Amino acid sequence: MRYFGRGHGGCPGCGLAIAVKNVVNALEGKCFVVNPTGCLEIISSQYGRSAWNVPYIHSLFENAAAVAAGIDAALRALGRKDEGHVVVLAGDGATADIGIGCLSGMFDRKHDVLYICLDNEAYQNTGNQQSGLTPPGSNTTTTPVGKVMPGKVGEKKDMIAFALAHKVPYVATASVGYPADIRRKVKKAVSFEGPKYIQIHCPCVTGWGINSSDTVKVARLAVETGLYPLVEYENGKLTTVRKIRDRKPVEEYLKLQRRFRHLFTHPKGKEIIELIQRIADENAERFGLDIKK
Amino acid sequence: MKITVGAISFPLESEKHKTGDWGTHYPVIDKEKCDGCKTCEQYCPDSCIEVKEFNDEKYAVVDYDYCKGCGVCATVCPKEAIKMELKELYRV
Amino acid sequence: MKKVVRGFYAVAHSVKLCRPNVICAYPITPQTEIVENLAAMYANGELENCVYITAESEFGAASILVGASATGARTFTATCSQGLILMSEVLFNAAGMRLPIVLVIANRAMSAPLSIWNDHQDSMAMRDACIIQVYVENNQEVHDLIPQAYKIAENKKVLLPFMVCMDGYKLTHAYEPIELLEQDFVDSFLPPYEPVAYLTTKKPLTFGSYAPPHIYMEFRIAMQRAMDRAKDVMREVFKEWAEATGRDWGGHIAVDYPDSKIFAIAMGSVVGLIRKVVEDLRKEGIDIGLIKVRTFRPFPVEDLRDVLKDAEKVIVFDRAVSFGYEGPLSIDLKSALYGHSSADIYSFIVGLGGRDIPRKLIEDCLRNVVEGKEKLGYSFKGYTEFEEVYP
Repeated sequence: MRYFGRGHGGCPGCGLAIAVKNVVNALEGKCFVVNPTGCLEIISSQYGRSAWNVPYIHSLFENAAAVAAGIDAALRALGRKDEGHVVVLAGDGATADIGIGCLSGMFDRKHDVLYICLDNEAYQNTGNQQSGLTPPGSNTTTTPVGKVMPGKVGEKKDMIAFALAHKVPYVATASVGYPADIRRKVKKAVSFEGPKYIQIHCPCVTGWGINSSDTVKVARLAVETGLYPLVEYENGKLTTVRKIRDRKPVEEYLKLQRRFRHLFTHPKGKEIIELIQRIADENAERFGLDIKK
Repeated sequence: MKITVGAISFPLESEKHKTGDWGTHYPVIDKEKCDGCKTCEQYCPDSCIEVKEFNDEKYAVVDYDYCKGCGVCATVCPKEAIKMELKELYRV
Repeated sequence: MKKVVRGFYAVAHSVKLCRPNVICAYPITPQTEIVENLAAMYANGELENCVYITAESEFGAASILVGASATGARTFTATCSQGLILMSEVLFNAAGMRLPIVLVIANRAMSAPLSIWNDHQDSMAMRDACIIQVYVENNQEVHDLIPQAYKIAENKKVLLPFMVCMDGYKLTHAYEPIELLEQDFVDSFLPPYEPVAYLTTKKPLTFGSYAPPHIYMEFRIAMQRAMDRAKDVMREVFKEWAEATGRDWGGHIAVDYPDSKIFAIAMGSVVGLIRKVVEDLRKEGIDIGLIKVRTFRPFPVEDLRDVLKDAEKVIVFDRAVSFGYEGPLSIDLKSALYGHSSADIYSFIVGLGGRDIPRKLIEDCLRNVVEGKEKLGYSFKGYTEFEEVYP
């Protein structure tokens, strides 16, 4: 039984599609999907061309968390809670920028909603504009590389800390490089009562400028360089971390992507690569990513 | 012409839309090497590769009606049983 | 049972009897007491099969109701002014998705400058959203209108959001003896909500699809047709209510002295005052009638043309301005009457931001028009002339 079908408009090798497929399959279609405006919505919910075989609603850009809260409330009021899990599949812009108010409200009121942020690190649907989750040094159309500016100045918003600050009982990161891990985390998440947050790293072939066949390779490199630690927090405590055997230098990840290529030639590039390496080192330190020999 | 109230759409109508002509390459499965581990199934963004059982054999089969030729399956196959070949249409 | 209660209680009591499933609250003066009363009822367990949510903003509140309504729940919220405009994006979205959300708007002026006092600028700003708008004259009318609003909005031929507009403070906070409805009666009048389609795993559907140019226009035309059908559905429901309760509020408009040649026209609580002035002027022998416009959207074009086809003078009182033009009721009235009436139309904009509308102001306006002392077109009344200076 297919819950997310074929014929959708995703680019060949689309990271989002890999993530979404694994999420709805893990739940065996017993879910209500709330999807704000973004790439996923555009590729899958054109009138008369829906790729969804689960109850699905698209409302606006910034209100996915609130709409999901409303579905949760209605299911409770109507005594239909056992029908399925309320799941939000939202982009990073809809989560960390425009929708952060509604997200905070939904977390705070402890609605029974699994909020999944599909992190492709920019507003990709409108052509790669920077968002709160765009990493430093990225070449986006609103933080382009010029004679003076080397791409995005500023770091990724720590949405994991944001969720933990709201005492969300289950918080995790995942990556399309490891779909079995995504499925495991989704199943684990829905065993918790209340809000859940999972941030899935999804490479964007078109926006990041990678070969379509490299989606998984790039996703794994993000994890293997320590830039995207895969962690799990349960009731505020860090319970699992995906350790790295031989942590790779960040250049191996950066050089495969057009959005970072300028870092190897731009006058400020070296400084930024050092900053990115520092971020990876700090992640390794904070989560104990390196396997001690 | 009929339209639904509130622009509600029915499930899986996207499957009328055959995206198989998008790519320049297509995956070819080496049935000898494939052991039916289903790794490719988990990764395909378009859900167009499936491990099927035939008598005593089990191997991956591609639905070329939808395959966009992205090449992800070839990169993740642990047995290197998938090769991306250039479509006839694009051969010189 | 008749009881002296404040307007906001009359609203809350009526909403409770309609058995809502999801109520969303966000405070904004002067509607806050409506949701406070509902919260108290909820805390006492008086609302069955209901979840009461205090949202993080009006935008959040409206979005929660979109999700809830799409799942098949009967929903309610109240707002006005800044809150209404903040949730405007969601209300446009709800109208397009054909969700029968009922809202009470405690009409309040728009900032800037900040004003918590009454006029119609807030709901007027939403007149293009494809949301039904009915304006009430007193608290008994709003108490009666809530069950009718659900019945109309949820009718399969309509399926649009419904704004019940009541003047903030003037009605919300006023004490009035209200014949309070009983649960049995409301249950017999208003059946449970049966959505035509809703989110369920038993029948997965995709809500909120996007529509490219080859199909979008048809959806918007479908909405216009729903508004057209709403006119008849509303007339039927209004009639049904009148027969069931003996309280006949009229149709889309309510006319006093339909054979007059001069008419005053207004919406909302000011109608009550104008009615008194009209009665007194008639005692002096002046042939003047009153038209209370109840339904502003869908605009009652046919009803107004019918009453005003032979009128000589029409005096419109607006409580809002469409800046760059004139009062919205006057604009829509003139466009409805074009080619259908040769009446001279005099438009007065009064009572912005809670500015008092003294009886004398109304009387002077009406008298001056009757005596030919006013010029055609529009003017603001009841203000102090000023000069604008730079600080």
